Amino acid sequence: MLLITCPYCGPRCESEFSNGGEAHIERPKDPASLTDAEWAEFVFLRDNPKGLVLERWNHAQGCRRWFNVARDSVTYEILAVYPMGSPPPALEPRRYV
Amino acid sequence: MKPRYSVFSLLRNALSYHENWPQAWQSSEPKPRYDVVIVGGGGHGLATAYYLAKNHGITNVAVVERGWLGGGNTGRNTTIVRSNYLWDQSAALYEHALKLWEGLSQDLNYNVMFSQRGVLNLAHNQHDLREVSRRINANRLNGIDSEFLTPAQIKEMVPVIDLRAGGRYPVLGASLQRRGGTARHDAVAWGYARAAGARGVDIIQECPVNGFRIENGRVTGVETGKGFIEAGKVGIVTAGHSSVMANMAGFRLPVQSLPLQALVSEPVKPVIDTVVMSGAVHAYISQSDKGELVIGAGVDSYIGYGQRGSLPVTEETLAAICELFPLFRRMRMLRQWGGIVDVCPDASPILSKTPVEGLYLNCGWGTGGFKATPGSGWVFAHTIANDAPHELNAAFSLDRFRSGFLIDEHGAAAVAH
Amino acid sequence: MSGRMRLPHGGQVDHNKPLNFTFNGKSYRGLTGDSLAAALLANGVHLVGRSFKYHRPRGIVTAGPEEPNALVQVGEDPRSDPNIKATQLELVEGLSAASQNAWPSVEFDVGAINSTAARLIPAGFYYKTFMWPASAWKTYEHFIRRAAGLGTSPSQRDPDRYDKTYAHCDVLVVGAGPAGLAAALAAGRAGARVVLVEQDHLLGGALLSASEELIDGNPALDWVRAAETELRQMPGVRILTRTIAYGAFDHGFFGLMENVTDHLEEAPEHLPRHRLWKLRTKQTVFCSGSIERPLVFADNDRPGVMTASAVQSYVNRYAVKPGKRAVVFTNNDSGYGAALDMVAAGIEVAAVVDARPMATGPLSERAEAAGLRILPDRVIVGTEGRKRVSKVRVADLNAEGDGVVGAVEEIACDLVANSGGWNPTVHLFCQSKGKLRWDETHACFVPDQAMQASQRSAGAANGSFGLASCLGEGAEAGAAAAADTGFDAGAPVAAEAEDRDFLPGRWLWLVPSDKPLGKKAKHFVDQQNDVTAADLKLALREGYISIEHVKRYTTTGMATDQGKLGNVNAIGIVADAFGRPLPEVGVTTFRPPFTPVSFGIFAGRDVDDLLDPIRRTPMHAWHERNGALFEDVGQWRRPWYYPQYGEDMHGAVNREVKAVRESLGVLDASTLGKIDIQGPDAAEFLNRVYTNAWLKLDVGRCRYGLMLGEDGMVMDDGVTTRLGEQHFLMTTTTGNAAPVLAHLEDYLQTEWPDLKVYLTSVTEQFATITLSGPNARRLMAEISDAELSPNALPHMGFTAARVAGVPARIFRISFTGELSYEINVPASFGMAVWQTVMTAGERYGITPYGTESMHVLRAEKGYIIVGQETDGSVNPLDLDMGWIVSKTKDFIGKRSLTREDMLKPDRKQLVGILTKDPEEVLPEGAQLVEQVLKEPPMPMLGHVTSSYHSPNCGRSIAMALVKGGLAKKGETLFAPLEGGKVVPCVVADSPVFFDPDGERMRG
Repeated sequence: MLLITCPYCGPRCESEFSNGGEAHIERPKDPASLTDAEWAEFVFLRDNPKGLVLERWNHAQGCRRWFNVARDSVTYEILAVYPMGSPPPALEPRRYV
Repeated sequence: MKPRYSVFSLLRNALSYHENWPQAWQSSEPKPRYDVVIVGGGGHGLATAYYLAKNHGITNVAVVERGWLGGGNTGRNTTIVRSNYLWDQSAALYEHALKLWEGLSQDLNYNVMFSQRGVLNLAHNQHDLREVSRRINANRLNGIDSEFLTPAQIKEMVPVIDLRAGGRYPVLGASLQRRGGTARHDAVAWGYARAAGARGVDIIQECPVNGFRIENGRVTGVETGKGFIEAGKVGIVTAGHSSVMANMAGFRLPVQSLPLQALVSEPVKPVIDTVVMSGAVHAYISQSDKGELVIGAGVDSYIGYGQRGSLPVTEETLAAICELFPLFRRMRMLRQWGGIVDVCPDASPILSKTPVEGLYLNCGWGTGGFKATPGSGWVFAHTIANDAPHELNAAFSLDRFRSGFLIDEHGAAAVAH
Repeated sequence: MSGRMRLPHGGQVDHNKPLNFTFNGKSYRGLTGDSLAAALLANGVHLVGRSFKYHRPRGIVTAGPEEPNALVQVGEDPRSDPNIKATQLELVEGLSAASQNAWPSVEFDVGAINSTAARLIPAGFYYKTFMWPASAWKTYEHFIRRAAGLGTSPSQRDPDRYDKTYAHCDVLVVGAGPAGLAAALAAGRAGARVVLVEQDHLLGGALLSASEELIDGNPALDWVRAAETELRQMPGVRILTRTIAYGAFDHGFFGLMENVTDHLEEAPEHLPRHRLWKLRTKQTVFCSGSIERPLVFADNDRPGVMTASAVQSYVNRYAVKPGKRAVVFTNNDSGYGAALDMVAAGIEVAAVVDARPMATGPLSERAEAAGLRILPDRVIVGTEGRKRVSKVRVADLNAEGDGVVGAVEEIACDLVANSGGWNPTVHLFCQSKGKLRWDETHACFVPDQAMQASQRSAGAANGSFGLASCLGEGAEAGAAAAADTGFDAGAPVAAEAEDRDFLPGRWLWLVPSDKPLGKKAKHFVDQQNDVTAADLKLALREGYISIEHVKRYTTTGMATDQGKLGNVNAIGIVADAFGRPLPEVGVTTFRPPFTPVSFGIFAGRDVDDLLDPIRRTPMHAWHERNGALFEDVGQWRRPWYYPQYGEDMHGAVNREVKAVRESLGVLDASTLGKIDIQGPDAAEFLNRVYTNAWLKLDVGRCRYGLMLGEDGMVMDDGVTTRLGEQHFLMTTTTGNAAPVLAHLEDYLQTEWPDLKVYLTSVTEQFATITLSGPNARRLMAEISDAELSPNALPHMGFTAARVAGVPARIFRISFTGELSYEINVPASFGMAVWQTVMTAGERYGITPYGTESMHVLRAEKGYIIVGQETDGSVNPLDLDMGWIVSKTKDFIGKRSLTREDMLKPDRKQLVGILTKDPEEVLPEGAQLVEQVLKEPPMPMLGHVTSSYHSPNCGRSIAMALVKGGLAKKGETLFAPLEGGKVVPCVVADSPVFFDPDGERMRG
């Protein structure tokens, strides 16, 4: 059970949140100009990193607001919480094989 | 040729106090070059190697496994086998697997304890009933055994179930696939390893793959913890770590690695003789031959390579189990654990060529890969041998995410299994 | 007298409070404070069970959670519990327990025949046989299953209740032995909020079983009592006894199970049986002690063979003599403690067999001084006795320790106390992914690096076995943990005590015998699963060389004690066999739970109707009173149909749908999702999420919208109304209200934060009453002050007015194809308005209709239901709804609609289906084929999504998703049903079967 610090409500149990997948995948401004392959990149393809993952969380059972989390997907350690729209903080790129 | 396993060999070896059994498979050190290197020594990878040798005569094959054989999802799943999938493409693939299961112990000369005790999928509301009916009809016309059970028939088959289920999720009916059931997961890995080894496949454990050597868009070998291994072709069969492998080879996948939770109870005398699954309450249960209730739960919602049990999903699942089987509230959990499953957006696998020539991918089985093991290995071996998919896996290409030909099995796979 | 083997006084039992209990139907007496195991031993009962595979007689081995053998079935159905460890079960008046896995009785067990066939069933034998004929496995399995399993599941609904609760603390201390008490004291004194968890009902841990330890110069238990008193007086300290910390999860989260009432003769009504504590802590100190490991010697499984520390527990804590004449077998100094305690208790110690060349160490020397017969450099090479050990056979060990030499001496005894060293209890530490280190000196795995910085281990759990070390490390760890949470009270003062551990030792993983391994004798490593050293070696020989393979192939460590007793021995034997250092072999994964926990605690109170909330509309009571049957839609319970006078569903639905078309029907539509959307960019937002255009919708007008996922597939639909320039009310399908809101918020907050739009769910704020039928306007006119003329309130129009005197929103929208008004009133007025409607509507024969009739009525009009006509693989063009897909603007999912496979003509498309026989109603879910083949497989074109008898059309109607269906109009297809019947049907020109021009609803 992760302990996630909602930037608006404070630390809460994982069960109050819903995960929104990887962060910083911006919806293309002009989808019509993309090839099928480029569009598939946006809709389906993911890094799915083993190590540092930048992901979106929503405090679904609380303030219902979205925010970003930097987490280690092996140890589950939470390395940073930062608002939507902000660039990711400078963190060591952890990668495990 | 290895001596065959049988009651006679068992008797003969008993006379010598079992001191003369040969190794089930030889653990090898890598040769410099193989025609095919399979990355991943789970059930699917070992099956691929076996069918490469058996069906295609390709025996200069190595299976490289970073840990121990069957240590990933093969050894962590709840062993349900069935083929009653909704869509034609899935149904054909899983049914092919089921047919192989039916002769697998004999083919491998290793008892994988395939137990056709039947698999029930419960319906709890009108919507479920419609979906069950749709699937039963589709299965039937695809030549897959599938039948509807009324609540009374369910009760007869599973006397310990509470059809009212506490009033919240009453059981209104179920689909039953009698040919479905369970198998002994470890035995599948070991049986394939032994049979593949007997046909000349090298089995290399404790050999992590750290990279792929790719020249002019074509794979030429793998970098491993035991050095570089040259390879004509490479198959990736590393459920849970597929993205890690793909990223090494320079492409991305439509896959998320999610922790899947499962648990067993302490062993008791036989109390439930079939497999019961419920999508609405996210739970499935069977009883192992040893007597443990084997219970599968859902997945945690976030990427996780931690392979450990968590609490919230277990809580939900056991609440559901206690609702369907109020007598099991007194049963006790003996062990809980997590696996890492590759989940595709359409809940269907990828058995495909990749952007890299000579590199093939078998992943995305989500929560249901175990049941496909023989079929998956069979078609993947074909794909590697012919550099082209078999008709059974043609639809399960990586390209479908571009073209839109998704095989959305969420209905059939909404509960994990 | 509570048993013939009971000492007259002493121990932590109340000699004045006897308790009656039965075991295998026979009555016995024990004492308050006894475990069942202690009470049985006090009565001279050693034989308590049969082993899993060979059905060998088995006795009590330990006094704790590591017990492999003494598993019993406790209580009577429906409160019958299998596999309870007698060593952990507190005795209670009237307790009844029975042996398991034995038939007809534990004394005479037919299954023991397996023992004679043992040679035929080594580890993994089942993988090698039972394969021919293939069909026979079912039969084999039937017998294997019956032979396996241990206890019996209860056969009835569990009448007990369970509970769960949350707790938070600064410092969690696991284990209340000397280290744990010292840690809790130090942290508590510093002011931290402490939770101290102890599986036992008494605090003290190993001190409860010790004979003469001193702390600060006084008996150790005095110190324990003082510590408990002090802790109980600290307001920030919570002591949970009878509670196991079963699982360590992420970020300082622990699962604890508290046994609340199992030890009570009568459980008070207000208490749950067990409670799950979901504990979040900032810091953790593991003081979980250590577990003694037995020696693996030939026939080490006979009843009467126990760990030395267990013997000490029974003697010192329970005042029980587990035997009359004992042999101690040890390879370290601590075994002598048992010898000395037995002598003090009046048990004859026939000999101390010591594998070490010299009996050295503080306890050894005292035993020597006491004149005990010590046999150094010797080992037990075998035991005898059928249901109880009767003698041991002893021989000299060779220099390498892998064989015996010289003559064998036989020593008669009824008890063997053996010690092979100690293993720190590192389970929770390892569950937290902490790394272990091999301690060469003590020959055990000890905690090395914790993965969670907030975790410490202290005392025996940390590989520090001396009492002074336990007290010191505990105090230090407790103080440090408190300091890390901001409660710094300086260096703690540790209590003083002697500091000896179990050294010196000589580590023997496999004790040699005078018989070759695996022949004529068995060296058990895992007693419960009947795994022997020979089995381990067989696994290695067969190539199962990873320790995980050895475990899985032989099942060692997979029994209900999860290898607490045998795992390190197994690793040692494997290491020896390979000639590899033991730490290279490694450990198998430690998984929760530490000891088994009941399923019931995970459900807690979330049982029966409380498993999942049931949502009911404000008018629910009326529906119930009026005989409605209900169907579950998502969490909602909706009226399904209202049978009258014994009608069946068919009759009721026919009546309801006719009433709507002929006069007036009323539907409780409160469950539809309602989302209030406000803000200057609200229209622009809708324009992006719906497939059609929204910028120019006039205030006071409603519009139907279709929402897609980014994959282009239909996600939801519904009518949205512009209430004001910057104010919309969106409706969603009943089941999708929450997902749609989440979807909208996701895009709003993460993709388009620049849009000024605010979303609020108002589903439960309004009750929705839908009037539908030719008389709807007439009734509306009678009960509302709204201007209702078609000009003032046209189809797809909205007005605010009063209905039944209540402020209401009136939407003239229709899901039936009739003139129809959806009235939203504040939820609290819902019932009142509904009743007014029903009373006023009597003259029109107003007829309440449920979801089934709603489905028929909309199907007559060819309206889709998301989730019925769609399944996540259907796009708007497949539904022939191209008219609602904007060509000119972007919207969520639009780009996906032009992908290669979306444009193929053979996609499944929604069409109307009419059976050739108008009376024949296709079952929903029926598959359609172009050609019926003799037998499957036959290629399918698609399936029937909706199908009803329509009294208004005077025939059956259906919709189906059919491959290339739009090009198949007029063609005949076939539905081959279960049982062989084939229903021919025709693809209709249109799925709109009733009033295709829509005059009725526009009128």
